[in-house]
Amino acid sequence: MAEVDLAGVSKRFGDITAVADVSVRIGDAEFVVLLGPTGAGKTTTLRLVAGLEQPDAGSITIAGTDVTRLPPAARDVALVFQQYSLYPHYTVYENLAFPLKAPGRRLSKPEIDRRVRHIAEMLRIEAKLGNRATQLSGGEMQRVSIGRALVREPTIYLMDEPLSSLDAKLREDLRTELKRIQRDLGATILYVTHDQLEAMTMADRIGVLAAGRLVQTGPPRTVYEAPASIYAAQRLGSPQINLLPAGSLATDRPEPPGTATLGIRPEDVRLTGPMGGAGQERPDLPGRVLTVEHLGVETVVLVETAAGPVRALADAHGPVAEDQPVRVAARPGSVLFFAADGRRLAATPASAPAALEEMSDVA
Amino acid sequence: MSRASTAAHSVGEATPAGKALAAALVIGYALITMVPLVWIVLTGFKSPPDSIAYPPKVVFEPTLEGYVNLFTTRSRQTEAYIESLGPPQTWYEELVRKRNMVITGPSRFAGRYMNSIIIGFGSTFLAVFLGTLAAYAFSRFKVPLKDDLLFFILSTRMMPPIAVAIPIYLMYRTLGLSDTALGMILLYTAVNVSLAVWLLKGFVDEIPREYEEAAVIDGYTRLQAFWKVVLPQMRAGIAATAIFCLIFAWNEYAFALLLTSGTAQTAPPFIPIIIGEGGLDWPAVAAGTTLFLLPIVVFTVVLRNQLLRGITFGAVRK
Repeated sequence: MAEVDLAGVSKRFGDITAVADVSVRIGDAEFVVLLGPTGAGKTTTLRLVAGLEQPDAGSITIAGTDVTRLPPAARDVALVFQQYSLYPHYTVYENLAFPLKAPGRRLSKPEIDRRVRHIAEMLRIEAKLGNRATQLSGGEMQRVSIGRALVREPTIYLMDEPLSSLDAKLREDLRTELKRIQRDLGATILYVTHDQLEAMTMADRIGVLAAGRLVQTGPPRTVYEAPASIYAAQRLGSPQINLLPAGSLATDRPEPPGTATLGIRPEDVRLTGPMGGAGQERPDLPGRVLTVEHLGVETVVLVETAAGPVRALADAHGPVAEDQPVRVAARPGSVLFFAADGRRLAATPASAPAALEEMSDVA
Repeated sequence: MSRASTAAHSVGEATPAGKALAAALVIGYALITMVPLVWIVLTGFKSPPDSIAYPPKVVFEPTLEGYVNLFTTRSRQTEAYIESLGPPQTWYEELVRKRNMVITGPSRFAGRYMNSIIIGFGSTFLAVFLGTLAAYAFSRFKVPLKDDLLFFILSTRMMPPIAVAIPIYLMYRTLGLSDTALGMILLYTAVNVSLAVWLLKGFVDEIPREYEEAAVIDGYTRLQAFWKVVLPQMRAGIAATAIFCLIFAWNEYAFALLLTSGTAQTAPPFIPIIIGEGGLDWPAVAAGTTLFLLPIVVFTVVLRNQLLRGITFGAVRK
């Protein structure tokens, strides 16, 4: 295990800039998740660290060694692909042993056997060791895939959306399992995903990517509660953050100068009956309930207002019904203020945390 | 079956009548294509008079005379002379003497057959070997002018190869490649390699790069990754390509007739010559043809599963 350091890394493919000036340090035993939509440069960043691509600018350092120009084999990293990573002509055992049999490693047969069985046990696939890789279910395949990375003890594990092709239940299981394994092994992991849930649950630190640029890094809570921009705010949270024009909603704190957009997380939206909210300096936003989605643990209420649609998380047993007139308010202290360019503005200079990073490229 | 009669027609579900029709068509087609082959094989076991009997004999007494004639040269002798030789030592001498002949030595068929094997399999191996490497390179590397090169390779097959027979004949004579196994191997390889490159490139393209990338990250070199990860997955494609190449090289007649006459002559131009040696010996020709068909049939049967997967061009992934 070791520290991995990306300094000003850029990569272009023809006219497209896939990764632009990304600098990030992944600490020893840290779980860093790069979050971004398709095409944000997540996978390219991983491939640059793995050595499958050469950066046009910048440098990559692993454990204090500059590996920017080194071939993949010399970097001692492990990569879990989104799919296709198991060799169909090998059994599960052979797939797991494959990295250990690499020419440079020179491990004895019993040692290879010990490690393969240990990992198979850890991932609960011992019973499948004799199977051909093609005879496995999706979840088993991806487990073997992760196992193939884990049998080695590389400097860093790189994971490219390893759970995205699995069904929801399996994803949930593997998510917790992966986090547990990472803690047990003290593994350094750079994980790439577009799934905010994976990012929130597993990451020690999240890096938000937008069009190849790293727009914010920080612990999941910090990124969630103090997003650097509208873009970063939209990456985390489901349902997504509500965006309303400035001045459309009563806020307990004055809007900072330059505010163009208000952001309210659905869980911070308060819905009251038609008569509520009286006596405030600005009246609550009146609206009408459009749909009510009962999801079990929570209920998502979509309210149509003059300022636009607002999603709210309501009490599962609340009396909200479709077509009902309601008033929309925000929980005190919860409203985020964004400038016209998408940058988040500090609420009041003294008490609120300053915007984390200067924003330049916001989708 | 019973379900099919009540269920609505859906894609992929054949009715019993449909299945019967399909079976009838396949059997009918098989019969039509098999008849000449069966006739050849049967003729190989007929005696010369039976082979030219009219109306043709379907029921006859099988004999190995054709095969004996194929592998031997014989001369006609007087009965007195044959009598003086004493009793025949072997069953095939006995067969020959019935026709007032004695065996004077082996024929050239075995040698010609060996030539076919060396040249056919040699050129197939070379074409598939070169084709695999070229296909991999075209599929995976940034080759300058890749599309133009691929088109050029394809364009070598846009006219019948025999169209360049005369230049090749003159070239081979100058280079001393006429009537050599090496010359024929090179020629058939040159013709086959374009087919091999194009076929195999399709197969390499089907194999996701992630496999090699995973191997390279795991500490293997590019060549090791190719050997351990790509090649095993190309097996079906290589088998199919090899059969196509072998069939061409094995059956090729025109160039073989033109460029070989002695030491490097293959079986196709030789078999018809048998007719001229000692009268119209159809059983010997048929025997030669039967033996000539055998390797392709065996090769195809052994690799039939691969071939089937191969000719669907990887359209269906396992």
